[in-house]
Amino acid sequence: MSAVLAASGLTKRYGHVTALDGCDFELRDGEVLAVVGDNGAGKTSLIKALSGALVPDDGAITVDGSPVRLHTPLDARRLGIETVYQDLAVAPALDVAANLFLGRERRRRGPGGRFLRRLDVPAMRAEARRHLDELGVAVQSIAEPVENLSGGQRQAVAVARAAAWGSRVLIMDEPTAALGVRESGQVLDLIRRVRDRGLPIVLISHNMPQVFQVADRIHIQRLGHRAAVVTPADTSMPEVVAIMTGAT
Amino acid sequence: MTQTVKPPEAPARPGMRTLAWALRTPSVGPLFALILAVVIFSVATDTFLTTENLSLILEQAVVIGTLALGQTLIILTAGIDLSNGSIAVMGTIIAGKLAMDGGAPAALLIAFAACTAVGLLNGALVTSIRLPPFIVTLGMLTVITAATRLYSESRSYPVTSGLLLWLDTGIGSQGFTYGSVLLLLMYGAFWYALTQTAWGRHVYAVGDDREAARLTGIKTRRVMLSVYVIAGLLYGIAAWQALGRIPNADANAYQNANLDSITAVVIGGTSLFGGRGGVVGTLIGTLIVGVLRSGLTQAGIDALYQDLATGVLVIAAVALDQLTRRRARV
Repeated sequence: MSAVLAASGLTKRYGHVTALDGCDFELRDGEVLAVVGDNGAGKTSLIKALSGALVPDDGAITVDGSPVRLHTPLDARRLGIETVYQDLAVAPALDVAANLFLGRERRRRGPGGRFLRRLDVPAMRAEARRHLDELGVAVQSIAEPVENLSGGQRQAVAVARAAAWGSRVLIMDEPTAALGVRESGQVLDLIRRVRDRGLPIVLISHNMPQVFQVADRIHIQRLGHRAAVVTPADTSMPEVVAIMTGAT
Repeated sequence: MTQTVKPPEAPARPGMRTLAWALRTPSVGPLFALILAVVIFSVATDTFLTTENLSLILEQAVVIGTLALGQTLIILTAGIDLSNGSIAVMGTIIAGKLAMDGGAPAALLIAFAACTAVGLLNGALVTSIRLPPFIVTLGMLTVITAATRLYSESRSYPVTSGLLLWLDTGIGSQGFTYGSVLLLLMYGAFWYALTQTAWGRHVYAVGDDREAARLTGIKTRRVMLSVYVIAGLLYGIAAWQALGRIPNADANAYQNANLDSITAVVIGGTSLFGGRGGVVGTLIGTLIVGVLRSGLTQAGIDALYQDLATGVLVIAAVALDQLTRRRARV
């Protein structure tokens, strides 16, 4: 299977601290790749490098086999790499449809849109509704401010937003960290549905049972580089933890 | 989400729907307060509910109303502007002094440009060096006030030019001025810009959560800078409005205008924490202050009680905002 997003030899140093130390990475088409690792193993730095939020000192990143330079999150986004951040990155006072289209608003056709820059609210709402239905995300109303939704629904809106715009890769940083058990399950279902629609996913998580529930492969990060890649089918949780902590 | 059945949309009963909408829309509370105040003063005095008096209230509100418009934009981005009154006063002095020995149109344009430039400077300090708006505009208030006094050479400049006084021109016999009409038009324009354009949504998103807005790809610096620049231009227009109201540019005028504009914004239901509220509320807030002053004066109540009432309203409005936000956090 071909690598959609890959990196080799990523290195990032902050003074004496080495966050990434020759780190490799490979995400294949149609999979959920979990990234696990102890605190300080460089998970966050790796994901930031892949999403353009951090520029590595050394190393190369390729998208569909061609080398790319990611200097800002916008660079990554232009290549179809969308990121869902841990802290529910949505504008709480705006409604669901406005959040889905935030930063990519659609204007009306004709002079109203061209000269008065008027937004096409009905079209955006209709499309937002259609998209959420497709992903099976249930919200009270598309015109509801996001702050009135539950934490799980908010995260679902953030995921749906990223899935709507990410054409190549969806990166999720601890998407269930702030959620309860039931809501986490809903977000994991959503992750599977997004993958089944053909968008490969990088999932950063601390939660081992969740990782084993949803991941196709597991990238284990340790001391700033990739220690191993395993499949949940032929590896046990204690084995993964052992690689993570260097006990083997 | 394990089941894809949609929960029912908002309750079908129209009364409930209206109520839900009213609770969500921050300008509804202030609107009720305004209507209540108008009704009370109309009943209590014979002179309140007359066209002359109502147009006078609007006319007296034009300067603070224009300043409050810029203030609303900045507060929506979770900032605050303590320097707006001083910028407008600077504008009046520049226009007044230059018009003494030159053309009024050039004087007015230079005043607008100077006010816009100070707005740009505020915005640049807030966005580039990431200084807190409170500190930047507090410093700017002191700097601009002192610079204006130096430039004015400790005298005031009577204004006679037709252009500079044009906003005080009456329309028809009802006593409405071009200044009042301009005020309402500007509020209409900014209502449109904030609610119907992408720029408006970005202003709200930046005020709501700046980092989240940045991560969604919004150019947060550009949005914030645009807000401060536009506010600066609005303060220039406030200077023009001020010359229409009082045809004399005086460096000591409008010393409390910054706080008055914040009062109007807050009473109008815009959150000091950013991201919530809007210009409709601010217009209502401006009018509430005007109606209270006018009504209490006509009811023969001491001016100090007017301040007292305004202060109580400010605290009530902020308390209400805080409570609704706390509810939303749950």
